[in-house]
Amino acid sequence: MSEPLIVIGNGMAAAKFCEELANQGLGRYSVAVIGAEPHLAYNRVLLSSLLAGEVTAGDIELRSRDWWRARGVTLIYGRPAISVDTDQNRVNLADGSSLGFSKLVLATGSHPIRLPIPGMELPGVMTFRDMADVDALLAAAKPGTRAIVIGGGLLGLEAATGIAGAGVQTTVIHLMDRLMERQLDARAGALLRQAVEARGIEVLLGASTAAIAGEGRVEGLRLSDGRLLLADLVIVACGVRPNADLARAAGLDCNRGVIVDDGLATSHPAIHAIGECAEHRGQVYGLVEPAYEHARVLARRLSGKSAAYAGSVTATNLKVSGVHVFSAGDFTGGEGTQDIVLSDPGIGLYRRLILRQDASGTRLIGAVLFGDTADGLFYLDLIRTGRDIGGERADLAFGPNLMTDLKTTEAA
Amino acid sequence: MNAQIPPVAPTVQPVMRTTCPYCGVGCGVLASPDGAGGASIAGDPDHPANFGRLCSKGSALGETLGLETRLLHPMARGRDGRMARADWDTAIGSIAQAFGKTIETHGPDAVAIYLSGQLLTEDYYAANKLAKGFLGTANVDTNSRLCMASSVAGHRRAFGSDTVPGVYADLDEADLVVLIGSNAAWCHPILFRRLEAARAMRGTKLVVIDPRRTATGDEADLFLPVNPGKDTVLFAGLLAWLADHDALDHAYIDAHTTGLADTLAGARAMAPDIAAVARETGVSAADLVQFYTLFATHERAVTCYSQGVNQSAQGTDKVNAIINVHLATGRIGRPGMGPFSLTGQPNAMGGREVGGLANQLAAHMNFTPVEIDRVRRFWQAPRLAEREGLKAVAMFEAIAAGRIKALWIMGTNPAVSLPRAGAMREALESLDFLVVSENVASNDTLSCRPHLVLPALAWGEKDGTVTNSERRISRQRAFLPPPGEARPDWWAIAQVGRRLGFDEAFAWRSAADVFREHAALSAFENDGSRDFDLSGLAMLDDAAFNIMAPVQWPVRSAGDSADKRFFADGHFFTPDHRARFVTPKPARLARETSTDFPFILNTGRIRDQWHTMTRTGLSPRLGAHLPVPFVEIHPSDATKLGIEHGGLVSLRSAHGSAVVEARLSVGQKRGALFAPIHWSDATSSNARINDLVARITDPVSGQPESKATPVAAMALPVRYRGFVLSRRPVTELPATWWAKVALEGGAGYLTATDLGPEEWKRHTAKILLTSDYAEYVDAPGGVYRAAAFDEAGALTGAVFLSPSGAPASWDGLKALLAARTLSSVGRRNLLSGRGEGQITPRGPLVCACFAVSAPQIEQALASESGADVARLGQLLRAGTNCGSCVPELKKLIRQRAMLDMATITPPA
Repeated sequence: MSEPLIVIGNGMAAAKFCEELANQGLGRYSVAVIGAEPHLAYNRVLLSSLLAGEVTAGDIELRSRDWWRARGVTLIYGRPAISVDTDQNRVNLADGSSLGFSKLVLATGSHPIRLPIPGMELPGVMTFRDMADVDALLAAAKPGTRAIVIGGGLLGLEAATGIAGAGVQTTVIHLMDRLMERQLDARAGALLRQAVEARGIEVLLGASTAAIAGEGRVEGLRLSDGRLLLADLVIVACGVRPNADLARAAGLDCNRGVIVDDGLATSHPAIHAIGECAEHRGQVYGLVEPAYEHARVLARRLSGKSAAYAGSVTATNLKVSGVHVFSAGDFTGGEGTQDIVLSDPGIGLYRRLILRQDASGTRLIGAVLFGDTADGLFYLDLIRTGRDIGGERADLAFGPNLMTDLKTTEAA
Repeated sequence: MNAQIPPVAPTVQPVMRTTCPYCGVGCGVLASPDGAGGASIAGDPDHPANFGRLCSKGSALGETLGLETRLLHPMARGRDGRMARADWDTAIGSIAQAFGKTIETHGPDAVAIYLSGQLLTEDYYAANKLAKGFLGTANVDTNSRLCMASSVAGHRRAFGSDTVPGVYADLDEADLVVLIGSNAAWCHPILFRRLEAARAMRGTKLVVIDPRRTATGDEADLFLPVNPGKDTVLFAGLLAWLADHDALDHAYIDAHTTGLADTLAGARAMAPDIAAVARETGVSAADLVQFYTLFATHERAVTCYSQGVNQSAQGTDKVNAIINVHLATGRIGRPGMGPFSLTGQPNAMGGREVGGLANQLAAHMNFTPVEIDRVRRFWQAPRLAEREGLKAVAMFEAIAAGRIKALWIMGTNPAVSLPRAGAMREALESLDFLVVSENVASNDTLSCRPHLVLPALAWGEKDGTVTNSERRISRQRAFLPPPGEARPDWWAIAQVGRRLGFDEAFAWRSAADVFREHAALSAFENDGSRDFDLSGLAMLDDAAFNIMAPVQWPVRSAGDSADKRFFADGHFFTPDHRARFVTPKPARLARETSTDFPFILNTGRIRDQWHTMTRTGLSPRLGAHLPVPFVEIHPSDATKLGIEHGGLVSLRSAHGSAVVEARLSVGQKRGALFAPIHWSDATSSNARINDLVARITDPVSGQPESKATPVAAMALPVRYRGFVLSRRPVTELPATWWAKVALEGGAGYLTATDLGPEEWKRHTAKILLTSDYAEYVDAPGGVYRAAAFDEAGALTGAVFLSPSGAPASWDGLKALLAARTLSSVGRRNLLSGRGEGQITPRGPLVCACFAVSAPQIEQALASESGADVARLGQLLRAGTNCGSCVPELKKLIRQRAMLDMATITPPA
């Protein structure tokens, strides 16, 4: 008799977990996935492409219905879980039904942050987090419409790019003095701003939102310096917070997210958490790669194998507004670190590598790439392995391709 | 680039036969103008000096023809101190007025003319005539004074005339050739090739005598590393040895010479025995005996000598010590025998022929009453100079002292080439009137605030004659139109003569007119009394002058085209027609080393550059061989001083200083240094080597001791080395030291500096002339690089800075400066220092003609063991054109052979 295993959440972490589990120990568990959204799991990273019309909804599905079926996974979507009974080991669904589990995996992801300011409830204020948001945005984005995107991070810029492409007159307002400050250094942020502006999007930095203005519907946005910006749409993309609602309600230890140990276990031995909702060693990740690592580790453990999660060296490897950007590790540098910077504005290239040099050698600890990110994974690997690169310092900024190019040229 | 030496293809433009403007070998050149201001260049197979061969410099002549660096209009200094364009008429008027007024106020010796071995004979003749016949001063001297004045003086003391007795064919027919003070493999490459061919044919023995083991020394059967200044002892020892071994030709001595007894006694005093000679000269007794035996047993012996002999405070004695042994053995003027002066410049000989030196009058006539009278009558000169003028070094001392107030410089760069070059500039700037005839718009001499600058014709535009080391007169012909308002030097001189009122004396309409007059003067009342006689050419009409074939003088009758040697018949041009043995003074350097100045500095040329590089410096190929000024030092001396190969060295003498790169060489004696003369303030920050040289001259010839200056050497550590590439000249470099070299598509600057990446970053926009450039900054690693591109994406400039210990090479990059485009991969990787398509590090260039580098040769040798020079030629074309790299090829072959032996020998 298979043990019932329930996954709450039908996002990328959940899909990866199911895949890994199927590879590890097919048959041991009877798996059910409960999703709130009325869709098969899809690639959230590609929502911006969907918004930009580059792909269709079908294109971004992670796995086909047949795939899930072949692995014996019961998909319950469009019916959100509303509570977890940790005494009975049951999950209660919104439709009143409940399911028992021997193992529960929380993969509930994140909520978009909504600002605590007046007017947020007005029609025309939107978020950009899921497929429904995309549909709403596509419906609202008509040529001639004026939109303001609050937030110059990845999501905000993607939303801005998507609706600007649909003919919407778009302004991005950002609280900080540069775009994507959590992923990019100042110079890359400035280059990104140029690239965004080149697409006809206005960018206001250091701009704090005081209120959404409008009567019955969005008519504009008031900045804290008093300026009023007229708009028909406001898209709030100021970031996300872990969705730990169910866990918190169930009495699991939570901080910003659901607290997990190196085995991805929560304070309840039968309950695990992975992905953006999990908080490991005080760290919450908003990226795909750590979520996939969580999924892999947990799948091994639940298959009876040994595995542990020791935290992720995060990397951002994205295409923002048509420009490739990459960052990894400690890209802010500072005291005790060394920078190597390669830039060629003429071809939109910038890369900054952050090194730490001590008696034991020279190691790459961070990297920011703008324009050409093909070598990003090479740098990420160097950051993760902590290999001494002292001997290759001179070639480092030119990536592994230089060596390949050399060989090709010599052979030719 | 396409083939370096394009074949002479039939074109619309006629192929012009002319003569190379570099060394005294005087090679024939075929120039095929392309109709766009350029020309393709090939050796003239019919010219008897070179039979179609050209060296690296000659082969690259086509690369030096552009007008970018040329002066194209007269320029005069205005009241505001700035140079402004002037017209010829005004210019001529101001010269006539300045010279006339100076003579009127201060006498004729307050004016002077300083000429060049680069001038054509006709220019030389006109200048000499104006000064000595019409201005009334013999203050006419030439940069040949720095080159072969000691040979002239030695010839005149021994022969009674400045006569080179032999011909090049003697090298073909000798059984022993002695090269002393001559790096012919680099400085007279075509003659050296001829000698190598003779050695291959008949096993000619080669002895090389030189304080340093040069590329020439590497080729010798016997190399004698003589101590600086001790050549005379070596030859005194030879004379004594020959006498002791019954090897003298007493019949010749008795019939045709005087003074042997004294000279032999002097030689025995100087060289009492082999051990003493060995001690003095630093040559082992065994090597001395071998040399002396070779000389005694090979009648067909030629002794070639060059600047190592001439450029000495005892240069004339050295020349006579050499001539002595040839007179004493009667080995002179016969096939395969004789002393042979190899001149440095293309027309030093022509200058000597017209008398363009302060201690000659004209046409091999001197300041004797009879000759003064004769020349006065021929020229109908109103004011003939009646005594010798000031020789170059003394002339510039007189300028510094204010005794000479007006000076005309033609075709030379004394602010670089004269001893104490730095002090020279102050002297030039102090003149009341300085006029410079030049074909370049800027050089160190033109920086000395001349009042007037006249645009001269360059090679390819000039028309006239030159004479090579074997007395062969060849035509330099124009194959390009005169650019701008540039005019022949003889014409400018004639205009001044006419403006001074001497219409008839300066009525020439063409170079041919001047040449005929020159020939007529040589013939005037000659009748065999003077060696120099062009009677047979005095009546050449213009058409005959145009097609004049190379001919050796004397030409005593029309149509005489035979090659001639002098003195086999024992007829000399002394009053008693006997040759003189001359007893040299005790051999010593003018200045010895001291604790303050412990090294002896030798100076000279390198293979691919010429003089101050105003012409060869335009050729990217020639710049690739040795791109920076350097000093050669023995490794053990270097170690003691903490000097590393490629590191900077500060050189200092009692007079001046320079900063150059160190090259460690075991060919250099301990305690002796060698530095090339070519770099000027136009090509390097601080490498004018003649700034260090003292104004000490030979008492007879007036030639300075350029090759033996006591100096101190010190390692000059710098934190960063780097380079700048630029399509346009760079005027502001934040470098403490730099050297400029021509590159395809622009210029390169090799730099040394204590300024780090952050400081260079601040200067980049100024250097690259744009604020839009790519950058690579590793400030903690001491690395800074930047590159700018044009709209097509091609490289327009680059800045590279690295820590001294790990300098980046520009070999991969510099080719990109000439490229019109750059691939995206190439652009992305450019700042890595590896050029697109130039990924293999190219290393130093060995064969300049076909741009073959040392790594390429090493690779070929590694892949084909036992490959010889001929095989390398087949594989890479290296060495198959000018052949001046053949010694270096052989060295690489030897190195490879040693490496092969090392790898097959099992370890002990």
